[in-house]
Amino acid sequence: MNYEQLVQSVIGDTENSLRKFLPELVLCATILLILLTRLFAITRKILPPWLLASVGTGVAFFLTAPWVHLSGEVSTAREEIFTGMLVYDAFTIYFRAILLLTTFLFILLARISGLADQENGPDFCTLVLGAALGMCLMAEANHLLIVFLAVEMASVPSYTLVGILKTNRKSSEASMKYAVYGAGAAGVMLYGTSLIAGITGSAHLPTIAWRLSEGIGTDYQLVLVLAGLMMMVGLAFKLSAVPFHFWCPDAFEGASAEVAGFLSVASKAAALALLVRLVIGFTSPPAAEPERFGMKPALVATASGATSNASTVPVVHDLKVKESDRQADRVAGMRTFLAWVIGVLAAITCTFGNLAAYGQTNIKRLLAYSTIAHAGYMMMAVAAGVAMMTANPVGASEAFAGLLLYVLIYVFMNMGAFAIIAFIRNAIGSEEIADYAGMVRSSPGWVVCFSAILFSLVGLPPLAGFMGKLVIFAGLVDAGMYWLLFVGGINTAISLFYYLKVVRVMTFDPEPETRPPLRLRLASIPGLYVLVLTAPVILLIVQWNGLYRWAEAACKTVVGF
Amino acid sequence: MDNPTLWPLTALVFLPAAATLVLLLLPRDNHELIKRVSLFVTVIVFVATVVMALPGITGAAHFSLDADAVAEMQAVFQVSWIPSFNIEYFMGMDGISFPLLVLTAFIAMLAMGASWPITKHVKAYCVLFLLLETGMLGVFLALDFFLFYVFWEVMLLPMYFLIGVWGGPRREYAAIKFFLYTLLGSVLMLIAILMLYFNSDIRQLSDEQLVAAHVVPDQQSVAAWRSANPADGAAADVPRHTFNILALQQLGQTTDQFSKSVFTEGGKSIQWWAFVLLFIGFVIKVPSVPVHTWLPDAHVEAPTPISMILAGVLLKMGGYGIIRICYPICPEAAYDLAWVVCFIGVVSMVYGAFAALAQKDFKRMVAYSSVSHMGYVVLGLGVWSAVAPSFNADYWKMGMNGAMFQMIAHGISSAGMFFLVGVIYDRVHHRELDKFGGLFAKMPVYSGIAILIFFAGLGLPGLCGFIGEVLVVLSAWNFSMVLAIISAFVVILTAAYILWALQRVYLGPEYKGPHPEALTPITPREWSIAIPLCIFAIVLGVYPQSLFNYMSPSVDHTVDALVEWQQRQAPAALAEGDDEQPDNADRDRVLRRDEESKSKGERQQPAPAQVRLGWNRAVHDVLPEPESRRDAVTQGGKG
Repeated sequence: MNYEQLVQSVIGDTENSLRKFLPELVLCATILLILLTRLFAITRKILPPWLLASVGTGVAFFLTAPWVHLSGEVSTAREEIFTGMLVYDAFTIYFRAILLLTTFLFILLARISGLADQENGPDFCTLVLGAALGMCLMAEANHLLIVFLAVEMASVPSYTLVGILKTNRKSSEASMKYAVYGAGAAGVMLYGTSLIAGITGSAHLPTIAWRLSEGIGTDYQLVLVLAGLMMMVGLAFKLSAVPFHFWCPDAFEGASAEVAGFLSVASKAAALALLVRLVIGFTSPPAAEPERFGMKPALVATASGATSNASTVPVVHDLKVKESDRQADRVAGMRTFLAWVIGVLAAITCTFGNLAAYGQTNIKRLLAYSTIAHAGYMMMAVAAGVAMMTANPVGASEAFAGLLLYVLIYVFMNMGAFAIIAFIRNAIGSEEIADYAGMVRSSPGWVVCFSAILFSLVGLPPLAGFMGKLVIFAGLVDAGMYWLLFVGGINTAISLFYYLKVVRVMTFDPEPETRPPLRLRLASIPGLYVLVLTAPVILLIVQWNGLYRWAEAACKTVVGF
Repeated sequence: MDNPTLWPLTALVFLPAAATLVLLLLPRDNHELIKRVSLFVTVIVFVATVVMALPGITGAAHFSLDADAVAEMQAVFQVSWIPSFNIEYFMGMDGISFPLLVLTAFIAMLAMGASWPITKHVKAYCVLFLLLETGMLGVFLALDFFLFYVFWEVMLLPMYFLIGVWGGPRREYAAIKFFLYTLLGSVLMLIAILMLYFNSDIRQLSDEQLVAAHVVPDQQSVAAWRSANPADGAAADVPRHTFNILALQQLGQTTDQFSKSVFTEGGKSIQWWAFVLLFIGFVIKVPSVPVHTWLPDAHVEAPTPISMILAGVLLKMGGYGIIRICYPICPEAAYDLAWVVCFIGVVSMVYGAFAALAQKDFKRMVAYSSVSHMGYVVLGLGVWSAVAPSFNADYWKMGMNGAMFQMIAHGISSAGMFFLVGVIYDRVHHRELDKFGGLFAKMPVYSGIAILIFFAGLGLPGLCGFIGEVLVVLSAWNFSMVLAIISAFVVILTAAYILWALQRVYLGPEYKGPHPEALTPITPREWSIAIPLCIFAIVLGVYPQSLFNYMSPSVDHTVDALVEWQQRQAPAALAEGDDEQPDNADRDRVLRRDEESKSKGERQQPAPAQVRLGWNRAVHDVLPEPESRRDAVTQGGKG
C-alpha cells in the first residue's frame, strides 16, 4: 500500500466514521455554542446554557436512535471506526443512549433545582457535556489510548463538577480528594496499559487479544497479571469498587446532590461499559470471526497500532488444529481468571457497601455506599458473563444483557433518589436523614415516590429494581456461580436495613420541631420531575420485555456468537 | 389463544388495587366514607368468590364440581408476558387454591369490618389494606412462578406499613422483624426459582403433559408448538426453560432434569437444594420453629384487623407453597426429607403449645397457638407414609387433606380469636390474662361467642378445629407412632392453655383490671363480624364434607401424582409383590437401586378410583383398618 492509497483510505474511513460519530459531534458543537453564547449578555438571556445543553443532548439522543438500531429490524453489526480506535455496534448505541438520557435528565434537574442558574451556568453545562462526551468514548473504546483518554476526559470535568459550589468548603475538599485519588488511579492504570501494550506490541484491543491467545504473554505471565490488575485499579476507581471506593462517600457528601446523582449513574454506567469492552476485548481474539477481520482490510492495516496485523492474519488459515486448541485453552484460562477476579471484587464491594451504609446518618453518604453496593451487583453480572463466554455464549450474552437492563433501571432509581434529595435540600437546607422525620404527614406524595425508589433499590417486586436483580441473578444461576448468588441474596436482605431506615424515619417518626416546615407538592415542577422518574420504577413491571430485547440486541454484537 | 377467564380473574385480583385509585380521590377527612368504600370493595370480592363456588351457576370463571373437572386446574388463562424469560401471565385455580381464595376474601372482608376503630391516617390504611388484598388473592391464583413471586412480595410492603404505623408500642421492631424474616425467605425462594428455571426444559414433556400443564391449549396445537420449539437440529442445545408451575411439577415428577448434582460431582441434586431453599422460604411464612420468632411480635403489635389477616391468610401461604410447589416439583427431595418436615411440624406443635401456656399476654397466647396449630399443617403435609410394596397413600392423603382442612379451620378460628381479643382490648386497653375475669357477667353475648371460637381453636369435636387435627394425628400414626403420640399429646396442651385462658378471662367472680366501666356489651358491628366466623366454625365442624367436596379431589390428585412418581422409582419392588413391610432403610435401598431405571417422560395410568376414595372412607369409619384396606386397594399382599 503506497502513501496515496493510505491517505485515500483514511479519508474514506473518516467520512464513514464521522457519520457514526454524529451524536458526539453534536455534543462538541453544543459545547462550542455554549462557550460562544456566554460572550454576550444578550445571547445569554435568549439562549440560556441549560437550554442549549438540553437541546444538544436531546438532539444527540435522537441521532443515537436506539429504537432503530436495537429493535432488531436493522442489524447494527460491529464496525471499527476511526481506523480501529473506536468501535461502533449495538452496545455503543445502547450505552450512548443511556448516557445521553442521564445527561439530559441531569441538566433538567440542575435547571429545576437552580444549580445551573447561577453565575457559572455556562461553565457547568460545558463541564457536564464534556464529561458526557468522555463517558460515551469510554463505552466505544477499542484502543488502549482511547481507553485512557476517555477515562480522563470523563474524570476531569467530574472533579470540577464536584467542586462547583465554589463557596462551600466541603465541596472543595471533596473535589480535591476526588482529583487526587483519581489522578493516582489513572496513573496506575496508565502504567498497566503501557505494560500490556509493551508485552503485546499493540494497543488495539482485538490485536492484543489475538496475540495473547497466540501465547505471546506466556513468558511474562506475572507481568501480564500485574498489568491486568493495574488496569482494574483504574476501572475499580471509576466503578467505586472496594478497595478503591474511598473517594465516593466524601465526594458525594461534598458535591451537590444533583452532581452526585449524575456521577453515581453516568460515570458508573460508562465504567461498566468500559469494563465489559475490556474484559471481552482482551479475551475474544478475532480469529473466532476471521471474516470480520478480512471484511475491511484497509481499516485494520491503517490502524497505527495494528500495522503488523496484516502479517498475522494469514497465519490464521495455516493454524493447525492443535494450535487452535491451545489458543482456545489460553482464552478460556484468561476468562476464568477474569471471572474470578471480578467475581471476588464484586462480592467484596457489594458486602462492604451494604455493611458500611448501615451506620450513615447523612442521606448522600448513605446513597454513596448504596451505589458502591450496586456496583457490586452489576459487577456480578460481568463475572457471570465472562465465566460463560467459552461454554455458553448465548448465556453470556444474556448475562451482559442483564447488566444493561440493570443499568437502565438504575438510571431512574438513582437519578430519582438524588433529585428528591436535592429538592428537599432546597426546601429545608439539610441532608441529614434525621431531618426527614415525619415527612409523610406534610408531603405524602413525595414520601411514596421516595419509598418506591428506595424499595426498588432493595430489589423488591413489583418495583423495577427487582427486574434488574432478577436478570442479574438469573445470569449467575446460568453460569453456575452459586457462591456469588448467595452473596448477592444475603446482601439484598442486609441492604433492606438501611433503606428501610430512611423510610421508617420519614413515615414513623414524629416531625422534629427544629426543622422548617416542609410541604412539597407533587403538582409542581419539581414534583412532576420526581413523578416522571418514579413512574418507570413503579410501572416497569407491566411490560419490560422490549427493554430486555434491546439489551439483548446490544450484547449480541459484543459477545459475537 | 382464547382466554374466557382472563378478565374475570384479573378483575377479581386487581379490583382492590384499582379501588385504591378511587380512594385517593376521596376527601381525606371523611373517614366513614373511605372505610365504607373499602368495605364495599372487599364485600364485592367475597361475593364474587362465593358466586364462583356456588354449584349450579355456570360461567367462565366458575369453580366446577363436575367429576371430570374438580381435581384439575380450572378457569385457567394464560397470556404471554415477558417472552424473553418465558414468563406468562398465567392464573387458574383448583381445589387447593380455591378454598384458600374464598377464605382470603372472607377474612379480608371481616377484617375491613373490624377496621372501624382505626382513626389514624384512615386513607393510607385503606389503600394499603386493599393493596394487601390484591397481593393475597394473586398468590393463590398465580400459576407462573414469576407471577407468584411478585404477588408474594407485593404483600410485604403494605404489611410492613400496616404493622409499623398502626401497630402497638413495639410496632417498629415487630414490623422490621417481619419484613426481614420474610425477605430473607423470599430471597432464598428466588434463588430456588432461578435454579429450577435454568435446569428446566419443557421440550422433554410428552404431548399429554404439555396439554395438562397448559403449555399448549389443546392436543391440536401440540405439533405447532413442537415445531416452534424444536428439540433436535441446530436448536437441540438451546433448552426451553419455563416458569410454569404446572410444567415444573411435571418435569420434577417425570424427568430427571432436577436430579443433577449442583456443586460437586455426586453431591446433592438441584431439587434437593431447591426443596430446602423453598421450604425455608415457606416455613418462615407458616411459621415453624425455629424461624417462628417474627410471628409473636408481629401478631401482637399489629392492629386487630391486621392480626386477623396475618393469622387467617398470610400463614396459609406457607402451607400453600409447600403443597403446591415444594412437594410436586421436588418429589425426590421431599421424599428424602419427609422426616425433617414432619419433625419440624411436631416441634412447632409442641413448642408453640408450651409457649402459649407460658404467656401472660392474651394476644401473645393466641399468637403462639397459631405456631402450634400450623405445626399440624406441616406435619400433615409431610407424612409420606406410602411405601413399597403397596404404595398405599390413603394415610398420606388423609394427612394432606387434614392439613388443608386445618389451614381453613385455623384461618377461621385464629382470625376469630384475634378479633375477640381485639374487642376487649378496644374497651379496657390491656391484654394481661391475669387482670381479667368475670367478663361473662358483663358481656354475656360476647363471652358466648368467644368460648365457641376458642373451643373451635381447641379442636372440640363438632367444631372446625377438630377435623383437621384428628386427620393429621391419625395419618401420622402410620408414618411414625412416636410423632403421632407426641402430636396427640399436644391436644392436651392445647386444651390446657385455652381452657386456662378462658377461665382467667371469662369466668371468675369479678373483673380485676383497669377500666371496668368500659366493659359494655358488644355492638352490632362487632357481632356481625363474629357471627359469620361462628357459623363457619360450626358448619365445617359438623359437615366437613362441604369443604372436602371442593378440596379433596385436588389434594388426592396431588398425592396420587407423587405416589405415581414414587412407584416409578421402585418398579422392581412393585413387580416382586413383596409382602413384607419394608422399613425406612429398605425403601431407601429400593429407591437407590432403581435410580438408574427412572422412566423418562412417560406418564403412568392414574391410580384406580378406589384409591382416591380410600382415605375418605377411613374418615367415616373413624378408626381405619389399615391392613384390609391396603390389600383391597392394591389387590395383592398378605390376603
